[in-house]
Amino acid sequence: MNAITRTLKAFTLYEFVQAHALTLKYFFKPKKTINYPYEKNPISPRFRGEHALRRYPNGEERCIACKLCEAVCPAQAITIEAEPRDDGSRRTTRYDIDMTKCIYCGFCQEACPVDAVVEGPNFEYATETREELIYDKYKLLENGDKWERAIAANLEADAPYR
Amino acid sequence: MPKLTVDGVELEVPQGATVLQAAELAGKEIPRFCYHERLSIAGNCRMCLVEVKPGPPKPQASCALPAAEGQEITTNSAMVKKAREGVMEFLLINHPLDCPICDQGGECDLQDQAMAYGRGGTRYEENKRAVTEKYMGPIVKTIMTRCIHCTRCVRFAEEVAGVEDIGAIGRGEGMQITSYLEGAVQSELSGNVVDLCPVGALTSKPYAFEARPWELKKTMGIDVMDAVGTNIRFDARGREVFRVLPRINDDVNEEWASDKTRYAVDGLLRRRLDKPYIRKSGKLVEASWDEAFKAIAKQAKTAGDKVAAIAGDLVDCETMFAARELLSKMGSSLLEGRQTGLAYDVTNVAAVNFNSGFNGIENADVILLIGSNVRWEAPLVNTRIRKAIKNGAKVFAIGPETDLTYKVEWLGDDAKILKRLPKKLSDALKDAERPAVIVGGGALAVEGVHGAALKLADKFNMVRDDWNGFNVLHFSAARMGGLMLGYAQSGGMADVVAAKPKLAFFLGADEVDFGQFEDCYKVFIGHHGDKGAHAADVILPAAAYPEKNGTYVNLEGRVQFSDKAVFAPGDAREDWSILRALSDVLGHTLPFDSFAQCRAAMVAAVPQLAEEGVVSFDWSPPKLSDKPEGTLAYPIKDFYLTNAIARASQTMQRCSAELLHADDMLEAAE
Repeated sequence: MNAITRTLKAFTLYEFVQAHALTLKYFFKPKKTINYPYEKNPISPRFRGEHALRRYPNGEERCIACKLCEAVCPAQAITIEAEPRDDGSRRTTRYDIDMTKCIYCGFCQEACPVDAVVEGPNFEYATETREELIYDKYKLLENGDKWERAIAANLEADAPYR
Repeated sequence: MPKLTVDGVELEVPQGATVLQAAELAGKEIPRFCYHERLSIAGNCRMCLVEVKPGPPKPQASCALPAAEGQEITTNSAMVKKAREGVMEFLLINHPLDCPICDQGGECDLQDQAMAYGRGGTRYEENKRAVTEKYMGPIVKTIMTRCIHCTRCVRFAEEVAGVEDIGAIGRGEGMQITSYLEGAVQSELSGNVVDLCPVGALTSKPYAFEARPWELKKTMGIDVMDAVGTNIRFDARGREVFRVLPRINDDVNEEWASDKTRYAVDGLLRRRLDKPYIRKSGKLVEASWDEAFKAIAKQAKTAGDKVAAIAGDLVDCETMFAARELLSKMGSSLLEGRQTGLAYDVTNVAAVNFNSGFNGIENADVILLIGSNVRWEAPLVNTRIRKAIKNGAKVFAIGPETDLTYKVEWLGDDAKILKRLPKKLSDALKDAERPAVIVGGGALAVEGVHGAALKLADKFNMVRDDWNGFNVLHFSAARMGGLMLGYAQSGGMADVVAAKPKLAFFLGADEVDFGQFEDCYKVFIGHHGDKGAHAADVILPAAAYPEKNGTYVNLEGRVQFSDKAVFAPGDAREDWSILRALSDVLGHTLPFDSFAQCRAAMVAAVPQLAEEGVVSFDWSPPKLSDKPEGTLAYPIKDFYLTNAIARASQTMQRCSAELLHADDMLEAAE
């Protein structure tokens, strides 16, 4: 019995036809892939992408150099140095994040008491050299300025769940 | 010895103990803010509430309640828990929630205890109180809104520091801690209030916002700013020492440290020697180690055994030992540590030691200070003398009048007084049970004072089996170690000059009169570009005290070990290794290749340096001339700028300008 069925299937190219049928089925189905970079998937407001340092609406930087993010960082990617600014307030003189060390756990933004350091929605920051991935305070603040609208919207969207 | 129970555990406590101390003996932690072991009891924070039976049916402040026979103390009942939560809630009503920008964050008593004993949230919705900042000088930064009115700082200033510059005004919610006239606190111990403050109201100004306690590496060290040998902790990150804090050692510094000890460390970053230099046609030019060694070797050949070594005030015993060994291999024993030319007799080290000990001096009942400004030469010994006075001691002093923070009977500054003691002094000494005399380093410079003081000790029976009241107060950290290692010529510096050395090693010696060494090739092994480096022909950059392991002997003859906290900057190396490398080039190789071997060799030569603790010297005072001639003066002219590190420190310069020369500045402004 088995031998007969096998022979029959072999001579009628049954499996060959079956495979083509499957191909044809998917040919006419709607596509799952997207045309990146022209199209992008939606991302959650909680998405943890590239870091940024935010400012208050009046332009004052939020970070107060409490160093909680530095302390909580499991990869020890953050380096902070601080001193009193001319007006006596507590500010960082250096805020570095080594993006090659970072594991994108999001602990830094959880630890931040003033919502200064955040992981924004941007994930497209590949560079040609490793050096470019060591972010300093200037770069992070620039990120903040660039992404502030999206970051603020994400924080607001996530606020009810916090 | 009352017997009582704490949480059902029966125990016996010493007479006079408080309930808080009893609970602590039983191993129970009692939260507290105002109570401090070394200050008087205030009982105003109410955090230490416990339940005590027999007594009224309410929680009681355990810090101010004497322990009594048969008491039943409960520290973990529901009532106690509720009481603590209530007190904590009250304290937090006016305390701002600014922990992220507060320097105390991470080492804050209020933070810790709020976590351990407080409620989860607040019920207070009204406005918080705000208090204006007070000015307390270049060392203490104030954020008075954070103050919880424990009054530890007020009690410290009054009881330990002996200045009444800090106090509380107003009452209730209006109470404020203030420096009254918005002036700097006139004390060389003011930095201690920063440690005492249980919250972030008083923080350290030079250290403001610089680091968090959890990111600093802690290393146990010994201070070299004065000869007390304060036990300290270096808090370092990377290559920088951020701050120095005292360690608790009841025999030495209790838990205090002077401002110089705490805040001179920023001098370690400035004016550092980080490369070898050679003087070429009158100018110092950078060189490699090799070139520097070769230049010295060239001179050593012509110098033969005409070599000398002068130790500075801050060097450790190992450095002095390595230099001594090198010199003895070169055939010389011209060693001297008393840079300014003091030439007192050192045939018996006990006769130049602080024999009573720091703990002992507290028990003295009559103290005679001879040419010693204790407040500047050893601020922590001054606190001990204050304690002695609290115990009923009387203090007489010979020397220029100055404010020592306690009541002193001044007898004038003529050294001859030692020969004809005023009646009130001789009567007091005669009647005293434990009389003591403290001879200052400045007084030893005056002819005959040492001998007269020894005679005094003999006459009033100050040296007995159970009590030795003869004390010499040195003010250089290296002095006692230097004396034990033979860094003393019988004629002092004059002997070294008279021997006309052709080559001299200056081990961080900055106070020498370099004019005396005109024809001598001067090799400076040190860490700061100060007077010594200025005069040197060759500079070999060395390590400062946090940058090397070392043995130090304090002024009571206590041997203490200090650990290395950070690395020396640039090409600078540890002193012993410089001398070891140099010895190779000179052809007199020293027999040790590591610090441990160096210390071992030193211990083999001077066994007393083997272990930490007080060295007991045999008392056999030399016969000296006892005809004092001249007037006494204090050697330290500016407390904040006594050594190369302090002079390089911006904080110390600021302190000096503001606290000691404020009047000059005002005049200049006018």
